[in-house]
Parts: sequence; structure tokens; C-alpha cells
Amino acid sequence: MNNKLQKYYEQIKARGLTHKQEEIILEELNFQGFHDIPDMLSHERKNSFQPMPESIYEYTDLLMLHKASPPYINYSTCLRSLDELLERDKMREKDGFPRKIRVGRLVKPGKSGKDKIVVVPTTVEEKFIHDSVRPPEEGGESGGSGEGEEGEIIGEQPIRDPEGSGAGPGEGQGGPHEMESSAYDLGKILTEKFELPNLKDKGKKRSLTRYTYDMTDRHRGFGQFLDKKATLRRIVETNIGLGNLPDVGKINPQDFLISPADRIYRILSREKDYESQAMIFFLRDYSGSMMGKPTELVVSQHVLIYSWLLYQYDKQVESRFILHDTEAHEVPDFYTYYNSKVAGGTKVASAFRMVNEIVEKENLAKDYNIYIFHGTDGDDWDTEGKETIPEIEKSLVYTNRVGITIAAHSSAQGNKTEVEKYLETSGLLKEKPSLIRLDVMQKDADEPRIIEGIKTLIS
Amino acid sequence: MVTNRDLIELSPKIMIPTLYDYWVHDVEVLKGKGKYELYPGNPYETVINTRPAISFYNDNNPDWLNVMIFYHVLGHIDFFQNNLYFRHTWDYDFTGQALSDKRLIARLRSEKGRQVDYIIEFSRGIDNIVSYFGELSKVNRPSFTAGTSKRLDFYFDVFLQSHKKVNISDYIKEIERYNQSIKDYGTLGEASFFADVELKHPEFKAVFKKSLEKKPDRDPDLLSFLMSKSEFLNKEENKWMKSVMQVVLNTSLFFQPQIRTKIMNEGWASYWHETLFMQDDRIKGHEVDFARVNAGVTSMPRVGLNPYALGMRMFYNIENMADLGKYSIEFRQISDAIERDNFNKNTNAGREYIFKIRENFDDFLFVNTFIDQDFVDLHKLFVVGKRINRAKMTWEYYVQSRSAKDYKQMVIDTLYHPPCIEVDLDKTDDSRLYLQHRFEEKPLVQEFIANTMMGIEYLWGGTVNLETSEVAASKPLTGFYAPGPPSAQPQEPEKQKIQWQRVLYTMEKRKLTRRILYAVDSK
Repeated sequence: MNNKLQKYYEQIKARGLTHKQEEIILEELNFQGFHDIPDMLSHERKNSFQPMPESIYEYTDLLMLHKASPPYINYSTCLRSLDELLERDKMREKDGFPRKIRVGRLVKPGKSGKDKIVVVPTTVEEKFIHDSVRPPEEGGESGGSGEGEEGEIIGEQPIRDPEGSGAGPGEGQGGPHEMESSAYDLGKILTEKFELPNLKDKGKKRSLTRYTYDMTDRHRGFGQFLDKKATLRRIVETNIGLGNLPDVGKINPQDFLISPADRIYRILSREKDYESQAMIFFLRDYSGSMMGKPTELVVSQHVLIYSWLLYQYDKQVESRFILHDTEAHEVPDFYTYYNSKVAGGTKVASAFRMVNEIVEKENLAKDYNIYIFHGTDGDDWDTEGKETIPEIEKSLVYTNRVGITIAAHSSAQGNKTEVEKYLETSGLLKEKPSLIRLDVMQKDADEPRIIEGIKTLIS
Repeated sequence: MVTNRDLIELSPKIMIPTLYDYWVHDVEVLKGKGKYELYPGNPYETVINTRPAISFYNDNNPDWLNVMIFYHVLGHIDFFQNNLYFRHTWDYDFTGQALSDKRLIARLRSEKGRQVDYIIEFSRGIDNIVSYFGELSKVNRPSFTAGTSKRLDFYFDVFLQSHKKVNISDYIKEIERYNQSIKDYGTLGEASFFADVELKHPEFKAVFKKSLEKKPDRDPDLLSFLMSKSEFLNKEENKWMKSVMQVVLNTSLFFQPQIRTKIMNEGWASYWHETLFMQDDRIKGHEVDFARVNAGVTSMPRVGLNPYALGMRMFYNIENMADLGKYSIEFRQISDAIERDNFNKNTNAGREYIFKIRENFDDFLFVNTFIDQDFVDLHKLFVVGKRINRAKMTWEYYVQSRSAKDYKQMVIDTLYHPPCIEVDLDKTDDSRLYLQHRFEEKPLVQEFIANTMMGIEYLWGGTVNLETSEVAASKPLTGFYAPGPPSAQPQEPEKQKIQWQRVLYTMEKRKLTRRILYAVDSK
């Protein structure tokens, strides 16, 4: 048992808790289970068994006899025609038919920030076809041959592919895609397809570049400022060349010959400086109660928001990732943010406090449009938000928007979650709707619902 | 000779370079479940069934491999041109037809714009429930009108059976009476026979007359039905839509036999490429290469159902059995295992026998007839089950059954089998189209229903109903697989008892509603 948690628990218990609140807290305190990041692709992969085609119709002459690779359509090819497809989709809507292009999104977190987000527009031809009815945890039957008694296990396959190679186009070929560019594409699609609102300008400069003047360039012979170190290095080089330095252990600088061209100066020059327009803080609750679906929802939504902002700011976006249970931690990249797991208690305040500290310390409010997106299941040991609300209020002074997503457990149905309750009590949502938004969804929400949520948070 | 790249570019068009353009072909399609149900026709075949047949050879392949593929292709062509399920495709050049269709659609698209694509989309939405067997029976129906009249057919086929519901002995008596009448009076026999009939059943004349007015609309397939009956499509300004629908219908009918004979067709081609190439001089020096490639194509996978391997083994087995004379009553009556093994009539009729099979069977019949316990045992076949092991988070593959019955059922379950959805003429009127989905213990994919029905509504120009069956509830397996200690290892999961219900979907003004009609008792 975590002593610190225990202590904190006793502390808040002394302040008084309802039975229900105590129950939730105790559950998290004594959490013994696992807390894996759910595999976002698992539902797509479940039906695919790599070593063999699933049906006889997947065996084809082209693959079997010619040993040709299965037809592969590069996703960027699809993107090229995307404009046309989206246009087509818009026309469909005008003609009174539902849209037909789906934006397929495969996220594949990789090491050191090299996540892959592969965006593929897909469509499916709807027909009347048979569905299969089978127990939820059983796959389809197939053929086999060889030895083995009935009941004998002949093979296993991890449900979550360790390689993370998802099914679907774009895998295996075309080389790794950089997270940034793919996320940018995704953002473009999101903006166009879902017609999310463009961000309001906070009144800051919108130029993408600015110039600063600095003594950055070096120049031999003349200039504004002698770069002593570089000059000395140059002189040594010259003298080695002249054979003036026979013994490195015994150097007499007075013997050095100094050519005018050896003097290196720094001169004032115009520097292009990309201005980062936006700083996004992603905060994720990774406490014990977040196990499973809520985490998936939060992470999915954050990927989409991230992509969308990347597009909005033409890649001039910096992001910071903060995870919290009872304490907050900043993690370096999306990969870690996505994959980290812990199972502790919950204290939302810790995350917001950390953001406030970072913003103050690095003086970010001056130069950045700051966004804070927080995802949680709505539980908070700080049941009345006594610590959280002041921290949020503090952040509202400088942010463009605080967006809080609650992926509520179904057990909480009908009842509002702690976070929801204290946010409403605080009146912030009503007083400052342009600064803080709340979106509450059930944990079984689907992708359209997630996107709906983004609209709520951002519009 | 084509490059790899060509092959890949051809694949969305089902290897037919002249197929009509359709934007969905150009977008990557969702993979996975139901893919072949959605895209029947073998997407990456090396030979297309047309006159003359066209086959593709990869320019990267060594020559000996292309020779082998050539023999494989010969097998396919032989199959296309002799198997009776392809009967309706024998008489025309499909690529030529496709080219003219492509031009037609391109021309219409230039006139009508994106509406053409809607018509293609909506027609393709129902192109899997076309009346393929109806088409076949049209082609194969013998023209025997010799000697019998419509009146006679109606009397014996409909009137006596459906109207009078006579018992069998009376029915036979009537036949005897007719035969007698013909014998006694020759050409006047039928007239005399019916004179008596009219005395006995004064209403017959009227009933028969009425039946002539009503066109015998047997099993109208939805696409054809819409084309002939939809008021919307038959408006002057919309008639062009029917030609687009006809293209979709023809294309679908063309590919139906291919998808229904996958195991046979690949088995047959494999049988022949092996047989023919082994006798060809060009194999010399490449025996090992051939063996390796051939094994890759035709070996039985540990897990998986390879149609090349299964079909080829079945043909070899059938040939062998027929050579020994084992397809005989004599053999079937033997129960002694050793005697069965030693049974040999030396008929050497095997080759001839498999030629007959290749002519007359499709996958379903082939599998259903020729997979027996001897075959399953001989090739050590079994059904592979797949289940989740929660403790290890893995899928487990296990030997589920070695019985021929189960194996056969498993193969049959993987075969292409579009749902049977027919127009219910009794419930269809001018404004309402009523579709009946015949219950086969399988629900439809629910998420596809709305858009498919919307397409039908568009083509029909009025309300559309679909009566189908869905799972009401199944005995939950809670606790059974609940995440818990690893010991909770499921033993053979018992088959769930599924509760079915009949459901009515209504598509009206592009809005879908659903109503439960009644519960269905299942076995």
C-alpha cells in the first residue's frame, strides 16, 4: 500500500466524505488490477490472423502463383484524391444522402516520438450480407491439417500484436511516416470533413515567421565582434599548417603568426525565427479507475485535437504532456503519454497546478496561445474541488481554452461525477463559456461522439 | 506480359481492364469481414473468363514459372468453358461487353453527372441478391413443350395440387385417365379429357383464364423487379437508369459462378498444372524450383483453408476412388474396413469421372458430396477453433473436431452465400415494396441495412419494407469468460441458445424505422 496515498486518504476522510465517495476512493486505493492502455486497433485486428487468409476467397492466383504482393494503395495517393472525395461527400449531403467517406485512422505509437498516424479515407459498399453470430470471445472456425488430438492447442497469437502492425492499408510499405505530417493530414481532414470551427485569433500576431537580429553569422577579416575562441582555433590551424607548432606539449603563443584572415568576427544578421503560436497542454488522468475504455476515449480524443490544432496552426504548435494520478508528471512525448500506465488515486488539482507552474516559470503566457485539454473519468478524491477549482481559475487568466473531457463510467449513469459536480457548482462554465468547456460522454462513446465532443470543447 | 505494377492497378477492377469506372474502385475499401461478399469475383485472378480468355503473366517471373502458370490458366479456362454454372457466360466476349458498358456509363456520366454514380451505388447495393440460379435455369431449361399445353400443365401442376388439393391416389388416377383418353381418342384426347374435367370442376375454365392474365412472376429478383415495375424508373426521363442497372446486373451475374466454384476451380487448375507440367520437357532443370513453388501453392496449411490444396486433393481422391470402382452400391454395402481398403474393381474410369464432376458441380455440391470421413482421415484434416485466452491475452487455436461432418460444415460455412431476399408480391402494392429475407439462422449486417434500403427506396420511388430476423437475446456467457484468475480456462464452450425475432424495417422518405414483429422459435 502506498503510504502517501493512505495518508492523503485519511486526511480527506477527516474532512468528511459521503459513503459513495469513500467507496470510490477506497476502490482506487486498493486497486490491484492491471491498467493497460487499451489497444485502439484491437477491434480491427481481432478478425485478422496474420499467418493465414481467413477465407478461401483470399487465396488468389496473383498471390499464390505470381507471389505478387497484395495490392497496396499508398495512403498519400488516397490523400491526393481526398479533396475530390470530400467534395463528392459534400455533394452527397446536398443530394440528401448520408456521407460515405470515412476517415480511417490508424495510430501506432512508436518509440521516441515516432508515432505513426496513418490516415486513409475509406468507404464501404453497403449490401445485405449475412452477419455471423458467435460467442463474444470466440473467433471463427477454420480448416487445419496434421497431427493433434481434439482439444489440443496448436497455436497462439497475441491479441495485441507486439509489433503493433495494424491491419489495413499503409502498413509495411511506404516507410515510416512522421507523426507530425500525418497528424497534420488528419487535422486537415478533420477540419474539412467535420467542418470544425477555425480558432479565434486571440489578437496576437499571426505571422508565421518573424525576424530577429543577432550576432549569429561568422565572418573572417572584419565584423562587429571578435569571436575569440573561433579566432584562436583558426590561428592554431594556420600555425600547424605552417609547421610552427612542433611540440604540442610546449606551446609558446608568442611564436604564432597571425594572419588578418584568421580573425573571426560575428556580424549582425537577420534571423528567421519561427514563432510558435500555440502551446497545448494535454493532461490525462491515469489513475486506477481509468482502466480500459475511458483511457481509450481520452487518448483518441487527444490525438484528434492534437492533429486538428497542428493543422490550424500550420504546424506551429508545441505540446506538453502531463499525466496525473494524485501527483502530476510531465512526460516528454506523445508516445510516453499514450503508453504510460499507473494505478493510483486521483487528484485533478495536481495536473492543473503543474500547468500553472510551467506557464509561470517559462513565461509562456506572453507568447503563446495556450490550450489545456484534460481527460478524466470524473472521479476526484478532492471531492469538492477545493484544490482544483482555484487552480483552474488561475489558468483561465492566460489560456485560450480549457477543455475538460469526462469519460464517465456507466456506473455513474444518472449520477454526476465529482469533477462535473464541482465544476458546475463553481459556476465557471456559465460565467466563462469562452474559456472553459466541459464535455461529458459515456465511456462507450463512438468516434462520431468523440468528434462531437471536440466541437463542444473547441467551438 | 504485365508488370507487377500493372497487376496491382488491374486488381481494383477485378483484373478486367475495360470494367466501367466507379469511384469506389478507386478508394481503398475497408478490409476484413465480408469482403468477398461485398466484392465477389476473384479480385486477383490471373485469367479472365472471356472470349477468347485473357491471362496475365508477370514479367518478373522466370520462364519455367510462366509455363507452369500457363498450365494453371489452361485448367481455369477448361473449367470456365465446361462447368455448367458458367453456362450463361459461354456465348459472349465479356471484356468487349465491359468496354461497351464502360463507354455507356461514361457517356451517361457526361450527360447526367453524379446521378450515374448514385444509380451504380444503389444497384451494386443489391447486386449480390440477383437471381443467379434463375438466370441459369433460363439458360439450361430444356424446351420441352412437346405435346403438353398450358392448360394441361396448369391443370396438373396448379389446379389439382393448389386449388383442389387432391390426394396422391386421385392425382394418379387423373393422370391415368388422361393417358387413357389420349390412347382412345388420339389427337382429340386432350379435348375429350377436358370436357370431362369441366363437367367435374365447372370453375376450372375461369380459374385457368385468370391464371393466364397473371404473369407468372416466379422469384422475381430485386434488380429485375425494380427495372420492370418501378414507376420511378419507368418514367421517360429516368429510363436511362435502367441501362446502368442492367450493366450492374450483368456484371454481377457474370462473376457469380466464379465465386461459387472457388475450391473446384482452383483445385482443378492445380490438378492440371501439376499433371501437365510434370510431363513437359521445360520442367527439366527446374524440378526443385517447381516442387518448391508447387508445394507453396498446394500444401495443406496447418491452420487455414487453402482452396488450391483442398480442391486438388479432392479431385485426386475422387479420381482414385472412381478408378477403384468405389462409387458403387457394391462398395457402399461393405462394412468391413479391410475389405473396403482392398476393394478394387480396376475400372480406370477415374479421369472420366472427374471430368463429369468438373462439368456438373459447384463448391457446395462438391464439398457436400465428396468430403467423407475417409478423406478427412487420409489427409489428417480437422476443424480449427479459435478462442481467447484471457490469462495470456492470446488467441488460441485448437483442434476442435476431426469428424467429417463438422469439417464439411465448416467448409460450407465459409462459402459465399448471399442472403435470400425476395419481393413479397402479396404485400407489395403500387407504393410499397415489401422484401422478405428468408430465415437461415443468420442475421444481416445491421449497419449496412439503412443505406442499402435507402438505395432501394430511391430506385423504387416509394416506401420499402424489409422483413428480416435478428437475434433477440442469447444466453449470456457472463462469468464464463470473466476476467479473473488464469484458471478460468474455458472448456468446450457450449453452443449458445439464440432467441430470434422477426423484425420489420421501413425506409420511408430516407428515414429508417424498425419494429419487432414477433419472436421466432428456433430449434
